[in-house]
Amino acid sequence: MRYLTDRKRAVGKGASGTGTEHHWWMSASAVALAFMIPTWLYIVGTTLGLPQQAVIETFSQPFPAILTALVVIVGMRHFAKGTEIWIEDYARGTTGKALKIAMHSLAYVIMATALYALGKMVFIGLLLGANG
Amino acid sequence: MAEAKPVERPLSPHLQIYRPQMTSMSSILTRITGNGIIVGVLLLVWWLLAAVTSPGYFNFVNAIATSWFGDLVFTLSLLGVWYHYLAGIRHLIWDSAKMMDIKTAEMLGWICLIGSVVLTALTLIIIHL
Repeated sequence: MRYLTDRKRAVGKGASGTGTEHHWWMSASAVALAFMIPTWLYIVGTTLGLPQQAVIETFSQPFPAILTALVVIVGMRHFAKGTEIWIEDYARGTTGKALKIAMHSLAYVIMATALYALGKMVFIGLLLGANG
Repeated sequence: MAEAKPVERPLSPHLQIYRPQMTSMSSILTRITGNGIIVGVLLLVWWLLAAVTSPGYFNFVNAIATSWFGDLVFTLSLLGVWYHYLAGIRHLIWDSAKMMDIKTAEMLGWICLIGSVVLTALTLIIIHL
């Protein structure tokens, strides 16, 4: 006789190992992105093609800087966790783990690079503001 | 009390034996667009990094980002973003157990396909005004 409840024996035994946590996180971040993406597309679309100084000035303003940071952070987490779905379908074992690590790493590198660029733009924007 | 007995279950047949349908194709497209737009993100973040590196480097990356190749990458990414956007909303609707009958599900697939093209065109028009 094992002193385990039915529930305790079942938890973690499903295909995901973590219940609906992943699905819920993807839904929640999808809602966040749905609110941010249209405005962000407009900002990026109207800034692409401008001279370097105009690009820096745009992204050094509070709204474009904060919105871009949010889109990159939430978007890259949504991307990394999203790739887990096809990796679990097409790869198993060590290959699957390696692919997941690679995709999460790629997402974090992109996130850090974008945040570095944004931070530096805000800084340059401050200097330009002080001079002008 | 439930017994944890291993059950021999038959394997389900794989994708390629099914006839292509609106529901399956629109689902696969969600996956392809979600992963594919990383190409546009890479080009965009490279361009952002170049803007804070040096004028010479910005000119180099900006020339790529605004060339026919850059236009192609960004336009396809925009189409991918809008498709994934609409397909994601479709999943949120399905999660609330609504619009799940086959006829409505197929209609939602068409809305995703046509809607993404319309929204891409609209976005391109608005940002070029």
